[in-house]
This record gives sequence, C-alpha cells and structure tokens, in this order.
Amino acid sequence: MPEAVVVEASQLANLLAALQARKYRVIGPTVRDGAIIYDDLTTVSDLPVGWTDEQEAGEYRLRRRDDGAYFGYAVGPYAWKRFLHPSPFTLWRARRTPDGVIVELTDAEPSRFAFLGVRPCDLAAIGILDRVLRDGPYVDPSYRDRRDHVFIVTVQCANFSPSTCFCVSMGTGPRAENGFDLALTELLDPGSHRFLVEIGSERGAEILRELAHRPASASDWETATRLVHKTAARMGRQLEVRGLPEALLANLEHHRWDHVAARCLTCGNCTMVCPTCFCFSVEDRSDLTGSVIERVRTADVCFTTAFTYTAGKSLRQSARSRYRQWLTHKLATWVTQFGTFGCVGCGRCITWCPVGIDITEEAAAISGLTRKDERP
Amino acid sequence: MVKAAITTPAATNPFIPFPFVVMSRRRETRDTVTLRLRPLRNVRLLAQPGQFMMLSVIGVGEVPISVSGLPRRPGELEHTIRAVGSVTRHLVALRPGDYIGVRGPFGTSWPLQLAHGQDVLLIAGGLGFAPLRSALLSILRERWRYRQVIALYGARSPTDLLYRRDLSRWQQRPDLVLRMTVDHPDQYWRGQVGVVPNLIRQVAAFFEPANTIAMICGPEIMMRFTIRELQKHGVPDEHIFLSLERNMQCAIGLCGHCQLGPFFLCKDGPVLPYSRLAPFSDIREF
Repeated sequence: MPEAVVVEASQLANLLAALQARKYRVIGPTVRDGAIIYDDLTTVSDLPVGWTDEQEAGEYRLRRRDDGAYFGYAVGPYAWKRFLHPSPFTLWRARRTPDGVIVELTDAEPSRFAFLGVRPCDLAAIGILDRVLRDGPYVDPSYRDRRDHVFIVTVQCANFSPSTCFCVSMGTGPRAENGFDLALTELLDPGSHRFLVEIGSERGAEILRELAHRPASASDWETATRLVHKTAARMGRQLEVRGLPEALLANLEHHRWDHVAARCLTCGNCTMVCPTCFCFSVEDRSDLTGSVIERVRTADVCFTTAFTYTAGKSLRQSARSRYRQWLTHKLATWVTQFGTFGCVGCGRCITWCPVGIDITEEAAAISGLTRKDERP
Repeated sequence: MVKAAITTPAATNPFIPFPFVVMSRRRETRDTVTLRLRPLRNVRLLAQPGQFMMLSVIGVGEVPISVSGLPRRPGELEHTIRAVGSVTRHLVALRPGDYIGVRGPFGTSWPLQLAHGQDVLLIAGGLGFAPLRSALLSILRERWRYRQVIALYGARSPTDLLYRRDLSRWQQRPDLVLRMTVDHPDQYWRGQVGVVPNLIRQVAAFFEPANTIAMICGPEIMMRFTIRELQKHGVPDEHIFLSLERNMQCAIGLCGHCQLGPFFLCKDGPVLPYSRLAPFSDIREF
C-alpha cells in the first residue's frame, strides 16, 4: 500500500488554497453548458457538487445526485490536452521593422498548472502524450514546459459510465498506481464525507502537510479498495486488446470499414474529445498591414480531406480511409510508434459521436477478436 | 516577399526557422525553379542527399522541400521547387537577395554507403528527380566507390525535363548510363517515348539484380510499376529504396499529417526500403 492519509471533505478548500498559494493555476471540473468542463477553479463551490453524468453512445446528460459528491461523474467532453497542448497556440511572432523581420518566441512564461480531479484513464492519457510530445527524439517545447511543472491530483474512479467506459480493458484504470502527486478516493458514507489521499511525490507530501489529516486505517483502505473494485467489476464494455494491432492491420480491406464509413459523418468529434489525439496544423496569420505575423499551431483532425492534402490532392478522400486511419492509429500503429495504445478507454469518442459509433464494437468486428463476457 | 533581413531568437526551438538568403535562381521549367541558399548567420544545416528542409515564406507558410544539390560551400543549400500551392508560388518567385526561413535537415537519406561496391539504379519521375539529383551528384563525385551507375528519368514532355544542362553533361559521361523517356514527345525529341518502368528492361544488361541498390522517386503510380519491374528482374525488396511525399507541417513527428501506417514519413522517411513499405503499399488511401 502506498503511503496514505484521510482528510475530511471540508479540507478540499485547503487543498485548493495550498495550490493557489504556490501560484498554481488550478484547473478542475466545473459545470458549464450542461456538461462537466475542466476550467479554472477559484473556490470549491466551482466543483460539480452533487452532479453526475449519464452517458450512452451519442448521448450525454447531467443529473442531480442525491448526495454531495465532488467527483461523482465519469468524464466530460474536455481532456487535459486542452491545457498541456493548447490550441490555438502561437509558435512564434514576427514583426516587420525598418531593420528587417524580427522573429520572437511568445511562450516565455507558460502557466504552471495544477490539475484537480484527473481520472486514472486521463492520467494514462497524459502519459501517452508524454511519449508522443516530450519523450521522443523530438520535443515539443511548449508541451514540455507545461507538463514538467504540472501538479496532478488524481481522483480514483468510483464513478464511471457503465455503457461507455472500458479502462479496465486498456489497463488504465479504474485505479492509478503512480504518475500523480496526490490521489484522492472519495469516501461518501451516511454522516461521513472524506477522502483517502495517497501520496505520490514529495511535492504532494508537502501540500498535504497543510491539510488536517489522520493516518488511513485498514477500514479506510478497505472502503476505498472496494469502491474501485466495484467499478472494475461493473464495467460492462470490453475490448480484447491481445493481438489487436496485428489483427487490425491484417484486415485493412475488411468490409466493415465500408459499413462504419456509411454511418461516420467524418465530423472529427471523436478526435477533439479524445485525450490522446495530438495532431495539429500550422499556419501563418498576419494582421491587416502584414507587419505582424504569427505562426500558429491549431488542433487538427484526421477526418478532414485537407489533413492529407499533398501536392494538389488529398490522399484520403473516402470516409472509409479516414475512419480507418483514426482507428488503426489508436489501436494498432500507435503501438509501433510509441509502445502503447493511443486509447485509454475513457469512452469519450463513443459518447460524443453524433451517430454513436462505438470504437470497441468496430475494432472487435474488424479484428475478429471477440470480447469476453458482455454485460448489459 | 521578404526583402529585409530576418532576425531570430538565439533560443533553441525546433519551430524557429533560420534566416537564409537566396544566392541564385535557375529556371528549370515553366513552373519550377532551383534556388541556391546561403545562411545569413554562421549556421550550418548540413543535409544529406534524400533529406529535406522546411522552407518558410514568413506570412505565407512553410513547406517541406528536399535538397536537390550539393553545397558548393559548407552550409549552402540547393532546392528545386515547383509552384503548386501558395507557399511554393511565393518560393518560385524569390529573387537573389531575398530572404527566407529554413529549418532542418529532416528525415532519412538515400543509402549511399549501402550502395558502395554495388550497381546503382536511380529512377526518377517528374519532379522526383530533385531528391535523386543530390544522390547522383554525390555518387558521381565519388564515382570509384560504385560499380555500374544507371539513371532513368521520365517526364511528361521534353519541356518538363529538369536540369537540362546537367543532363547533357551527364550524357557525355562514359561511366554513367542515362536514359530518358517522355510521355508526350515534341518534334525534336530523340529519346524514348513511354513510361519509366519500360526503361528498366532496356538497361537490364547493365546491372546485376542481386547486387543492385535502386533509389526511386516519382509519382505513386510510377513508383508502383517501377517496383514491380525491379522485382521481376530480381532486385530484392530490401534493396529498393523509395522517397515518399506526404503533407508535413512540423517535420519532427509531432503534427501527425505525414503518417503512413506506423511511419511518420518526416522522421522515419522520406527514404524507406520497400521491404518495410510492402505491407501497406497496395492498401488504397492508407
């Protein structure tokens, strides 16, 4: 067992204050536009107290809970990449002056973030982005500068979306073992609202010292463990990942690609909500006089024909080829490229697909790998 | 057009281009020019044949362009550019003394060392001759390292041929087999008519398939049939090297556009052996 303590729920305000006192820009779940949105937190009351989400393929709805849970939802449409890999982002700015064009970097002091409420699946997603944007032969400096300072408060998953989550299959949840500074498990019993807090770093331990806490007892651990086990046991959606990359690449001309392409709107919603989709485009923008020019990076989506536009034509003109690119990248070629799947099983792409396309269903049909016992 | 000098920050950031000045501009065809570039500061971006640079027209954008020549002085660059989109239209309009931004070099290079002691087949279609020209120049500079050197080049019409001065010089060389073909001859054309793969049959006597390194760059369809022809002659897949082109926005494997299956063509390519590409080569739109 990692080192852990128990704090009362009321201590959450002190956690927030301790982070703010260290000049972190604290980002966490808030309720906006009928969804759980990661945004700046000022006070604990910004958190989605007493809210939960109901998700199905193509459906998302907030509902009131009958308790005061702070983290009683699964995941919303936002992912943490919005802050670590922002879009649009100015790579550099150039000014035309009488002495010539002067190019300047613009990202001198990136925000120091503290993320409060990072689900284990989303923590795994950050780990995947690390491999793509920070730990390879080429480093994205804007990602590294944000990532290296971020303080992470994970919330172990006692709440999940039974019909869209599949982190257990991907090995990314419902419990995070490391990669966080602090990890909370929200324990809500009648008459008692507290958090089991696991300490993942020295920074985390230091913050925790400012919170009233007591050592975690065996029964606290038992309650916390039971919650996470229950999540794992009740997760209905599954994806067979053993042999999946090979099986998908062996079926690049499977008729199912036509079948899914007939439904896919190529809107790219799945890539925008995906916590690991990292692709971007670069363009120059200038003011009206052309004297100030910015080279700007914006998130891009492999579902557009423009994405593969090369020397006068798009290489992936059919919806079939673009959906195939997305799915095989997530579940096959990503493994070759980065030694991990590009999917953490958060289920966002299923929920936010306007026509409810289910990545696990398509991958199973195309790979021919059957899922184990399927639960309703 | 950038007429004034470019100043860039000293900080190392992979997205910041280095300022270069256009030394000369040679018109190749109606829409294609070759630019020689010199760094403004004392930077040396030393590219190998087959590698590419990102060329920036500040305010318009950035494009990947392979090196098409060898530097006369260290640090110089030579690029052949066809006006296709907005950035390349600006690039071909540059004049000596104009400034541009350059990042690089990026990607893999032609397997010149592997070709030492081997027969070498360079096979180009259209603008695909640009990346192969730097390989050919490098080979001819150290001609003694290679056995037979054969260059095959196809273009749409005689007026679409690049590097015509080079071609007429190369045709005089006894140590180079050069064959050209066009799809649409004019009344003065005395070379072959037809597609590039046909030329392979004509030079089959000159190379020993098992000891041949082939380097190919051209339109996809041309490369497809060229590979098939080489295979028929018995050139092994791992000796057939292709230079591939895809949309590239970052050149450092971060933007995702240039993916071909498991490869990021900007860092794993653009030059790859066919043996690694074969599993995906017949998958349409992959």
